[in-house]
Amino acid sequence: MFSYYVKLAYLSCKRTWGMTLLMVCAIGLGIGASMTTITVNYLMSANPIPHKSEQLFYVQMDSWEPNNTYDDNGDAPTQLTYRDATYLWQAQKAKRQSIQSGMAAVIEPADKEVLPFMVQGRANSADFFPMFDVPFLYGSGWDHQADLKKERVIVINAELNERLFGGKDSTGQTVRMAGEDYKVTGVIDRWNPKPRFYDTSTGSFNDVEDVFVPFSLITEQKFGRSGNTNCWKPTESGFQAFLDSECIWVQLWVELPTAQDKDAYFSFMNAYAKEQHQYGRFARTDNNKLRDVMQWLEYAEVVSDDASMMMAMSLMFLLVCLLNTVGLLLAKFLGKASEIGVRQALGASRNDLFIQHLIESGCIGLAGGLLGLILALLGLEAIKVMYGDWIRDLAQLDFTLVAMAIGLAIVSALLAGLYPTWRACQVQPSVQLKSQ
Amino acid sequence: MLELVARLELGPMFRALMRNKIGALLIALQIALTLTIMVNAIFMMQERSQQMARASGLDETNTFYLSNTVFAQNYNLKTALQQDLQRIRQTPGVVDATQINAIPLSGGGWSMGLQTKPGDDIEGTGTAVYMVDEHGINALGVELIAGENFQNSDIGWREEGSTKWPPKTIISQALAEALFEGDWKNALGKTVYIENHQPVQIIGIMKTLQAPWNGWNGVERSMLVPQQLDNKGSRFFIRTEPGRRDELMPLIEKMLAESDRGRIIRNVTSMEQTRDKSYQEHQATNTILLTVIIVLTLITGFGIVGLAMFSINRRTRQIGTRRALGASQWQVMRYFMLENLLISFAGVILGAAGAVGLNIWLVATFSMSPLSPVLLVIGVVALLIVGQLAVSYPALVASKISPATATRGRA
Repeated sequence: MFSYYVKLAYLSCKRTWGMTLLMVCAIGLGIGASMTTITVNYLMSANPIPHKSEQLFYVQMDSWEPNNTYDDNGDAPTQLTYRDATYLWQAQKAKRQSIQSGMAAVIEPADKEVLPFMVQGRANSADFFPMFDVPFLYGSGWDHQADLKKERVIVINAELNERLFGGKDSTGQTVRMAGEDYKVTGVIDRWNPKPRFYDTSTGSFNDVEDVFVPFSLITEQKFGRSGNTNCWKPTESGFQAFLDSECIWVQLWVELPTAQDKDAYFSFMNAYAKEQHQYGRFARTDNNKLRDVMQWLEYAEVVSDDASMMMAMSLMFLLVCLLNTVGLLLAKFLGKASEIGVRQALGASRNDLFIQHLIESGCIGLAGGLLGLILALLGLEAIKVMYGDWIRDLAQLDFTLVAMAIGLAIVSALLAGLYPTWRACQVQPSVQLKSQ
Repeated sequence: MLELVARLELGPMFRALMRNKIGALLIALQIALTLTIMVNAIFMMQERSQQMARASGLDETNTFYLSNTVFAQNYNLKTALQQDLQRIRQTPGVVDATQINAIPLSGGGWSMGLQTKPGDDIEGTGTAVYMVDEHGINALGVELIAGENFQNSDIGWREEGSTKWPPKTIISQALAEALFEGDWKNALGKTVYIENHQPVQIIGIMKTLQAPWNGWNGVERSMLVPQQLDNKGSRFFIRTEPGRRDELMPLIEKMLAESDRGRIIRNVTSMEQTRDKSYQEHQATNTILLTVIIVLTLITGFGIVGLAMFSINRRTRQIGTRRALGASQWQVMRYFMLENLLISFAGVILGAAGAVGLNIWLVATFSMSPLSPVLLVIGVVALLIVGQLAVSYPALVASKISPATATRGRA
């Protein structure tokens, strides 16, 4: 019966091809626009480390000035001062903790023919790699001792390994960076979490850094810091004065596997804040925050306003397209009144007619969905071209999204077809037959 | 008025509409939603276009910059910097050049707070800081509207990690207005305070110089300080004679790179590229919004055509009868056009409410500014016109229906 109805749907659509085309286009455009914006939003707000996002916490301590809060909402600063971050890191109260900041330096290749070049990097502590499940192609990260002893060790990514060592296992080799030799302990395999959740302050959708070095080397001023620095209190001149200052520029992540661990750590942070308050720092001791990965991404507003605004617009757009489809389907089905009358007179039940017309709506929906999918692919390509590099990895359809597009199209079309179908089935056979 | 209503057959038309409520309702809803989206989309585009149209204050078409990153050990930064600048300034076609710590509209820079009285607990007025030498004004191409430029003797060295500020500054007019309650002329010669206590005298005022952050509400506030950076990483900002920028960019890059192997010259970028990149998202969003508006209007228009054609097909006999009873072609056409106008009218009233509602939500959620009523009126008129255009073809078809159909058996 199903294939018969599909055949009937095909014949009916062929007869009123103009209207059908209009409906397919309307659904297609609506689905295309919605899927394009849903894709971008979905990937922007994706969980970059699903299996442990609830165990990783971003530490915020309110070290900001006594008279004004850090932001208008009164929330704690988004980064830590060097002295608070190092204290918390050295205390080692969490299962793992990563202290970190951005850095940049010039690498001089061993081959003198190759020009020196600049790399973006991260100064972090040993726990960074196991905490964030960084995959290694060769070797591994460094250990806690290397942090404490300020060893010149380095982890590089696969591209840099390709560039410097031709892609061979380079563990144990040295890289000359910022005028000094660093020993390679590991090469990171392809790893590009989106959003780049561990540092949202310098572009949440930037690529992962080229190099990673111990954070403790920052005090030795071996390489340049990069990233945002905010100060509320004037500082004295000199690097030591800067480290001692109230400027915020350091990030700290902690791994706390259970709720008890989290509570214990939070108490520890608050106790530290109270202690600092007694020394004349920390005007607000009850404003500290431990946010897990998804809470942090939401707080940091990783999904741009433009993206969510576009999604809202495109869903409304889809609604207009569906209203359009309802209207046209209604016109189409009512136009078939005489045919329906004949079918009823020949013994088709209301149920049969209902299913037949729903199938017709579904077919139009499917066609619209396929068109929408193509349009979404085009839309995503257009977005890549228009918005530039940072959105590259955010404008890709995966299987879930394809299924969603088709599903959305069919469901929308069926919903749109529901009322017209019902109306069509109300036809009185006697009236129709009389007018023949 | 009543007479007019009677003459235009509004009463019977309304009753006819009520018999086909759903079709009319669907069109009205479509028009309402279209208006809601259209007006807000145009409004968002306007906001962005206005932001993009703001002048940066620079001679954008003839300027570019590059980064100079020193990696060699035991490098004499100060001497090398002076030599570099001299070499660049002497290159034929170059108007002027300066070292600078940040680039307008580039997204990254330095900001400080200024206050008119010293003190720890005073909230300063935020401003972008550009460190330049006495060539800064000429190299950037900004216009000095009061006071004077820095002298060579004003320029000091800023060591890495230093927090001391020089005693003179040149500020933008917008910053002067923010500091001195709108009276920018009053700012000249005044002393303001940086880092809460350090006094700085305003020796000049520039017309416009934008900050590095285009989304900042203080983007027009900036200051120049007479300092050169004693850093391993610095930038040179270069202005060329009109039309010679593209030819000089690679030339100067090569000259600097080859003159000294202890550093890397990178990010050679024109100010125009920087502006495009800065507003890339704005531009893209506007293009998308425009596409949405056009497609949406087309869909609504075609929807109206489709439904009107259908309703005319259903009423062929009725129309034929009217024609047979003496109605002119024009009267038939007018009937359908008026019918559409009636439906559209309901739609735009609903849509106007929707547009304001959506705007209120956008204002609350995305901190946009409230909609201007003029735009709403324009949107309403535009959609009424679209409705009339869309229905004119079906109405024309209807008017061509011959009176003879009235007597034929089948519709």
